[in-house]
Amino acid sequence: MANEMKKIDKNGLGSIISALLEKGYKVIGPVLNGGAIIYDEITGVNDLPEGWGDKQEAATYRVVKRSDKALFGYVVGPHSWKKFLYPQKTKLWEAEKNNKGFDIKPSNGTAVKYAFLGVRSCELNAIQIQDRVFNNGMFADTFYNKIRKEIFTIAVNCTQAGGTCFCVSMDTGPKAKGGYDLALTEVINESGHYFILDEGSEKGREISSKVLSSEASQDEISAADKAVKNAEDNMGRKMNTDGIKEMLYNNHDHPAWALIAARCLSCANCTMVCPTCFCANVDDTTDLTGSHTERWRRWDSCFALDYSKVAGGNFRTSIKARYRQWMTHKLASWIDQFGSSGCVGCGRCISWCPVGIDITKEVELIRETAKA
Amino acid sequence: MAYKKPRLAVFKMSSCDGCQLSLLDAEDELLDVLGGVELAYFPEASSKMLKGPYDIGLVEGSITTPRNVEEIRQIRKDCKILITIGSCATAGGIQALRNWKDVKEFTKIVYASPEYISTLDRSLPVSAYVHVDFELRGCPINKYQLIEVLNAFLNSRKPNVATHSVCIDCKLKENVCVMVAHGTACLGPVTQTGCNALCPSYDRGCFGCYGPMDSTNTASLAKEFKILGKTSFDVMTMFRNFNAYAEPFRKESEANEK
Ligand code: SF4
Ligand code: SF4
Repeated sequence: MANEMKKIDKNGLGSIISALLEKGYKVIGPVLNGGAIIYDEITGVNDLPEGWGDKQEAATYRVVKRSDKALFGYVVGPHSWKKFLYPQKTKLWEAEKNNKGFDIKPSNGTAVKYAFLGVRSCELNAIQIQDRVFNNGMFADTFYNKIRKEIFTIAVNCTQAGGTCFCVSMDTGPKAKGGYDLALTEVINESGHYFILDEGSEKGREISSKVLSSEASQDEISAADKAVKNAEDNMGRKMNTDGIKEMLYNNHDHPAWALIAARCLSCANCTMVCPTCFCANVDDTTDLTGSHTERWRRWDSCFALDYSKVAGGNFRTSIKARYRQWMTHKLASWIDQFGSSGCVGCGRCISWCPVGIDITKEVELIRETAKA
Repeated sequence: MAYKKPRLAVFKMSSCDGCQLSLLDAEDELLDVLGGVELAYFPEASSKMLKGPYDIGLVEGSITTPRNVEEIRQIRKDCKILITIGSCATAGGIQALRNWKDVKEFTKIVYASPEYISTLDRSLPVSAYVHVDFELRGCPINKYQLIEVLNAFLNSRKPNVATHSVCIDCKLKENVCVMVAHGTACLGPVTQTGCNALCPSYDRGCFGCYGPMDSTNTASLAKEFKILGKTSFDVMTMFRNFNAYAEPFRKESEANEK
């Protein structure tokens, strides 16, 4: 095992991007856009938000100028990698009328090879959670898996925590523990600005062999470890997950749900930004002449009233029922359904909730007076 | 039996005409729409005005005069399916601002001979007077949604017109939330989508043109607006807009009146 750790600089990272582009990857990375750091296509290291950081609290996100030239000096923003693996809208199939009936034409989904640069540890965990949802044998999702099996992932170990992060509580970070092709730790100190590069797969080794690197010294590796420890020690949030499944199951009638519902807008932002939420709606459309029809899937949310509308009525008419459903699924029944929590502690739902509903605090609110 | 094209009629109550113009504005689809129906009555588009009954009636505008009341009752009788379009027809429109005031006072100030003005105290949606089969929201409506509604009725299926928040569309479009990232007060979280999140896509807060979404918590949003520095008066004016008289918006504006 004992992987030799390599050391690269900004140019080395640029060469990794070029090597990936040469291999036909569409490289996606963090970019500054619209007042946030989002994920979009990049063609070089200069597209990265150099010298930018972020400040996050419940219901607030701001990008801020840093005093250094860090390339990864922020945590996660409003986007997550799910928008590439599980796009917002997917055509499932279409059909054309003929004189006998109709012909169905299956949809092939996206045939694109993505390289993801800057995947945080919580996000790697989120991808693995969605793998269990979408690559589950009997009901495997062909669209997801087609994109998923081609991706190249470059993880970035976090060296600082955001105001709403709690990956330590969820055991999902801040250091990536596998599931990547390459992993970077950015170090900026008196001896310079460099990245410790860890190769996580054969695919990763092949790419990193193409870039100029040196062997990382023990001191340099320790500096990187210390930087990651800094993130670990400065989590903006924490969540006590002890017996959380039973606690939520036993407290479906807890008075806290009504208090949360009085604040919740049922706007669905939390579920849209969550890297593990996967609910979708399916719409059938026709053209005006009725000869062509298409079936589309698009992201939906358990917070949308229509989502729980079935023949005969709606089984979650109150915001209280919908919030409770979301949190209980995320933190409790997800464990029964998929074998792990559905939350990776990325904090997005806290930052991007317009009224600052905070999953960590709401759990505490219930726990304080929970029935055993 | 020969297939008879459904007869379409377009009517106007008290309104600005913008919504019915959306139909004419749908240039790419207009021929297909007209191919699928018989345009029996649409004074804005054609001088050929055929008598009812009609299969589908589109009604723009709110009910503000005694004459509107008579007309809409007749229209209801004449149309198999009645679809109201736009904020005026579905919520009373911007002219519902008068509902908080004394209309007689206005007429005295505005008109030289107010005795000729015959108007109701309040501007109300069509559904306050007659049964409506489908309400298409917006000020103005989105032409693609209008085509979708016609398309759905022509193909005997349910229209794909979402009733959820504008936020979902912002996220589908990958917009950065203007409220969270810029501190801009935005009605998106309580407003029904339909415009494809137009204003937030240009870094503006949502104005609420499509009215309240299917389950609103306006009080919580209003509280957040105040954290962002808005006064009660600001909040009142935000909710008292194109959909001022739609119940959840009306109540929130009244709660912030003083
Ligand atoms: S928790 Fe926040 S983001 Fe989620 S639906 Fe409620 S108000 Fe919207
Ligand atoms: S529930 Fe919230 S903190 Fe947990 S993974 Fe989803 S967005 Fe992140």
